[in-house]
Amino acid sequence: MKKKYISMVLMAALTASTLAGCGNDGSGAGGKKTSSTQKDSSENSGGDNASEGKVINVYSWNDEFMRRVTAVYPEVKETSSDGTVTTLKDGTEIHWIINPNQDGVYQQKLDEALLNQASAAADDKVDIFLSETDYVYKYTDAEADVAMPLTDLGINPDTDLADQYDFTKVTASDVNGVQRGSTWQCCPGLLVYRRDIAKDVFGTDDPVKIGEKVKDWDTLKATAEELKAKGYYTFSSYADTFRLYGNSISQPWVKPGETVINVDQKIMDWITTSKEWLDAGYLNKTVKGQWNDDWNKAMGSKSKVFAFLFPAWGIDFTLKPNWDGKDGAWAVTNPPQEYNWGGSYVHACTGTDNPTLVKDIILSVTGNKDNLLKISKDYLDFTNTKSGMQEAAKDNKTYASEFLGGQNSFEYFTPVAENIEIAPLSAYDQGCVELIQNAFSDYFQGQVDFDKAKSNFETAIKERYPETTEIKWAQ
Amino acid sequence: MKSKKPDRLRSVIAHVVLVILSFMCLFFFYILIVNATRSHSDLQKGFSALPGGHLLKNFMSVANDGTFPMFKGILNSLIVSGCSAAICTYFSALTAYGLYAYDFKLKKVAFTFIMAILVMPTQVTAMGFLRLVTNMGMYDSLLPLIIPSIASPSVFYFMYSYLQSSLPLSLVEAARIDGCGEFRTFNRIVLPIMKPAIAVQAIFSFVGSWNNYFVPALVIQSKDKMTVPILIATLRGADYMNFDMGKIYMMIMIAIVPIILVYLFLSKYIIAGITLGGVKE
Amino acid sequence: MKRRHKSVSYSKWGYIFILPFFVSFFIFSFIPLADTIRYSFFEYYRSGIKEVGPNFVGMENYSSLMASDMLKYAGNTFILWIIGFIPQIVIALLLAAWFVDIRLKIHAQQFFKVVIYLPNLIMASAFAMLFFTLFSTNGPVNSILMSIGIAKEPIDFMGSIFGTRSLVGFMNFLMWFGNTTIMLMAAIMGISTDIFEASEIDGCNSIQRFFKITLPLIRPILAYTLINSIIGGLQMFDVPQILTNGQGSPDRTSMTLIMFLNSHLKSRNYGMAGALSVYLFIVSAILCFFVYRMTNNNDPDGSKAAARKAKRRG
Repeated sequence: MKKKYISMVLMAALTASTLAGCGNDGSGAGGKKTSSTQKDSSENSGGDNASEGKVINVYSWNDEFMRRVTAVYPEVKETSSDGTVTTLKDGTEIHWIINPNQDGVYQQKLDEALLNQASAAADDKVDIFLSETDYVYKYTDAEADVAMPLTDLGINPDTDLADQYDFTKVTASDVNGVQRGSTWQCCPGLLVYRRDIAKDVFGTDDPVKIGEKVKDWDTLKATAEELKAKGYYTFSSYADTFRLYGNSISQPWVKPGETVINVDQKIMDWITTSKEWLDAGYLNKTVKGQWNDDWNKAMGSKSKVFAFLFPAWGIDFTLKPNWDGKDGAWAVTNPPQEYNWGGSYVHACTGTDNPTLVKDIILSVTGNKDNLLKISKDYLDFTNTKSGMQEAAKDNKTYASEFLGGQNSFEYFTPVAENIEIAPLSAYDQGCVELIQNAFSDYFQGQVDFDKAKSNFETAIKERYPETTEIKWAQ
Repeated sequence: MKSKKPDRLRSVIAHVVLVILSFMCLFFFYILIVNATRSHSDLQKGFSALPGGHLLKNFMSVANDGTFPMFKGILNSLIVSGCSAAICTYFSALTAYGLYAYDFKLKKVAFTFIMAILVMPTQVTAMGFLRLVTNMGMYDSLLPLIIPSIASPSVFYFMYSYLQSSLPLSLVEAARIDGCGEFRTFNRIVLPIMKPAIAVQAIFSFVGSWNNYFVPALVIQSKDKMTVPILIATLRGADYMNFDMGKIYMMIMIAIVPIILVYLFLSKYIIAGITLGGVKE
Repeated sequence: MKRRHKSVSYSKWGYIFILPFFVSFFIFSFIPLADTIRYSFFEYYRSGIKEVGPNFVGMENYSSLMASDMLKYAGNTFILWIIGFIPQIVIALLLAAWFVDIRLKIHAQQFFKVVIYLPNLIMASAFAMLFFTLFSTNGPVNSILMSIGIAKEPIDFMGSIFGTRSLVGFMNFLMWFGNTTIMLMAAIMGISTDIFEASEIDGCNSIQRFFKITLPLIRPILAYTLINSIIGGLQMFDVPQILTNGQGSPDRTSMTLIMFLNSHLKSRNYGMAGALSVYLFIVSAILCFFVYRMTNNNDPDGSKAAARKAKRRG
C-alpha cells in the first residue's frame, strides 16, 4: 500500500515537472517578443535575432560550460533545476546536451548530430558544440567545415580576442590559419602536493622550497626516493605524468594528409620512465590510469600519494571533490616541465539558426576580460586573458584559494602559461593518447612484454581508425 | 532407509551449501544498498557494513540530474518492456496456434524454419538492423525496440509445446460448429487456455527486454529516449560522475529495484513457470 | 487421429495466423542479415566525420579478420564461458538432486529457490557495474578482506588475467546456476518414482543412485543446457564489456567475439563488422544444426526443456 503511494507521488512529480517544462516553453515564446523590443543594452542582438530560432542546442561532455555561461552571460534568466535548460531573458532556451567523453561516446553522439545537421529542424540543429584539445582538429578541419570560422560569425580574432593567449588561438585554427573556435580557459598545469606529507618528509611545505625539489625530472627522481623512504608515493599513476611528455612531442601523431601513426620519442621516454618509476615504487601500483575509483581514492586523506599534476580545472573539478579532509591541506608549485592539459574549445556550428546569440555568447564567455576574471574568481579557472592573468598573479588578496591554504595559484600558473608551446596536433590525438595508455598499462603491470604492448597498440589503433596504414615507432 | 545418520549429515551439508550460495547471491545486493545510503566522502573512507544517512540525499541528486534522466529512463524501459511483452506473447501464441491447429502445405517448412532460427544470435544482424532502422526513419525511437519482438522463435516454441499438451483440437472443432470465427476462437477460447504459458512468457520477455543493452545501445541516440541499461553503461564511462559514488550506487539500485520487487511478488509463478510443462509426463 | 479434426478449407487461416511472425522476421532479421552479408565484401567505414567507401574489396575483410586476433577472441570467449559453465552445471546438479531428495528435508525450499534465481533477473550491465566497483583495488571487497585479515595488501582483481576471467566466470555462474537448478529439478522430478524405489530395494546408495539412474535419465536435458549455454556463451557481451570498459583488459584476454564486433560497429566499420558477423553466423548455424537435431530426436521431455531454456537465453 505504502509502496503504491510512493510510486504515485513519484509519477505525480514526474508529470508535474514535464508540465512545468512545457509551461516554460509557452511563456518563453510569448515573452520573447516583448523582450527583444526592449533590448537596447547588448550591441548587436536587438532586432535581427527576433527572426532567429528559439532554441540553442549546446553539445558538451560535462556541465563546465553551462556553469560558466550561467555565471557570466548577462542575458541568462534562469536554469531549470535538473540543469538541462537555461532560459535567456528574451525567451530563447539553451538546451544543454551532455554526453560523457570517455569511450568516444560524446563524439559519436555529436558526429551523428552533425551528419544530420542539414536536414534537422531549426530547433534541433546544433548551434554550439565544444571540443577538447585532444580532438579539436577533427572539428576545425577546413574540409569538414563543421565549425564556423569566427570571422563568418562577425568576430575578428585579431581585435576582439587580442588578449587571449596565442597558443589557444593557434590550437583552434585549421591548417589555413582560420580560427574556428575560442576558449575561455587556458590550461597550464602545475604540481599540486599535500602539505602534511611535505612537512613529514622535507620538514617544510613552502611552495618555493618544494618547487626546488621538483624543478626537473632528475631532481624529482631524487625527491621521489626520499618520499619512498618514508612510505609515500610521488604520483598516483603512470597516467599522471603522460601529459607532460605527450605535450612536448616534436611531430604530430599523424601528419596532415597521411595515414601513418608516428609514436614520438617523447612518448617512448614516457613509457621507459613510467616503467622504471612504477617498478621503483614511486607510483602507486594499485592505481591504474585516471578517472577511476582508485584514482579518486588516491586523492583522499588516507592516501599516501604526495602530488598530482593538474591544471587549474583539475584542482577545482577533480581534486577538491575527492579530498575528504579540511581545506588548506594542498599547495601548488611549479611542475618539472611546463605543460598544458585540456582546454575546452567553443565552436559555432555550421548551419546554426542562432548566429547572433551564438556570437554574443562566445564573445561574452571567451573574450570579455571582466567575465573571464569573474570565472577565475568563482571557479579558479585559469582564464584566457593575458592582461587579466598578470593582474591576478599579483593580486594575492582576491585570488587566495582557501582550498590551497590561502595560496594564490595564479602566481604559479601565469609563468607556465606564457611558456607553453602547443604540441603539433592532429585529428587522431584522442584515440592515440587513450590507446597508447591502455596498451602500455598492461606492460607496466607486467602482464605483457614491451613488444606485445606495441603490437596491442597497433591492433587497437587500427580498429579505431581503419584507414591507418602504418605505425612508426621512434628509436 | 538404510542409514539415518549419513542422511542427516548430508542434510546439514546441503543446508550449509545452500546458505553459502544464498549469501553470495544476496551479499552483493546488500553492499549495493548500504553504499547507496552513504555519501561520497564516507565511501572514500572505505567500506562499512552499516548503512549511512545519505539515502534521501543520494536519491535526490539522482532525481535532480537532468544529464542522466533516470526516471525518464525507467519510464522508457517500462514502455518498451511492457509493449514487447504484450506483442511478443500475443503473436507467438498466434503463430503457435496457426501452426498447431491448421493443416497447410508449408506447415512443415515453416516449423522447421522457425526451429532453425531459434538460436541465431541477434548480434549477427545488428549492423544491417541499424542501417535498416536508419533508412526506415526509426533511428532514435523506441519502435525498433518493440516491433521486432513479434518474431520470437523461442517464445513461439514454448507456446507450441504448451498447446500440444493442453489444447484438445476437439475444442476448436466444437467452437467452429457453434459458428465461431477463427479469430474469435483464438481470442476467446484458445488464449484463455494458454493463460499460464502467456503469463510466464510475458514476465520473461519483460525482464529480457528490461535488461536488454545491445540493441538499444545501437539504436537510441538522444537522452530522453534512453532505457535504463544504456544509462547505466553511460554512467560507467562518465568520468565526471565518479565524483559521487553514492549517486552511482543509488542509480544502480534504482535500476534493479523495480525488477526485484516484481520478482518477489511474482516469484511463485516465475519459479513454477520455469518448470511449466516439464513436470508433466 | 489428427487428420480427422482438420479440414482443408481452414488452411488459409494457418497462413494468416503465422503471417505477422514471418513478416516481422523478414523485415527485421532477414533484410539486415542480407545487408550485413553484402557489406562484408566492401570497404566501408567512417573516418572522423567523413565516410569512406563503399568500395568492393571481395574477400579482403574475411582474410584480414583471419589474420587478426579473431581466433584469440574466440578462445577468450570459450574460456570465459567454460569457467562459468562448469561450476554452474555441477552446483546446479547437486542442488537439484538435493531439492528433490525428500529425505534431506531441505527447509525453506521456496526461499532458497527464490534467492538463487534472483541474480538471473538483474540486468547484466548493472551487475557488471556493481562488480566493477565492488572489486576495484580500493573497493569494498578488498577492504573487507583486509579488515578480517585474509589479505595484507589490496588484491588487484582486475589487474590479472586470472582475476578478470574469474570475475567474469563467477558472474556468469551466479547469474545462471539458479535457473539451471530449477530446470534440472523439473527433469529429475519427471523421472518415475518407481525406478528410484526399485533401486533402493536393490540397495543403491544416494551417490550410486545419482550417477547410475538420475544422470543418465536426464541426459537429454543436460545436453540442451549445454548447447544453449554454448550459444549464450557465444553471445557473451555485457559482462566483460562493462567490467573492462570495452578494453578486454589485461592484454585483451577477456575480449569476447561480440565485444570485438562491437568495437567495429563503434567505429562504424561496416565492412569488417559485416565479415565478422558472417563468421559468427556460420558458427551459430552449426550450433543450430545440433539443437535442431535434438529437438527433432527422441525425448519429448527434453524438447520442452529446450524451449524453456532457449527462451531464457534468447
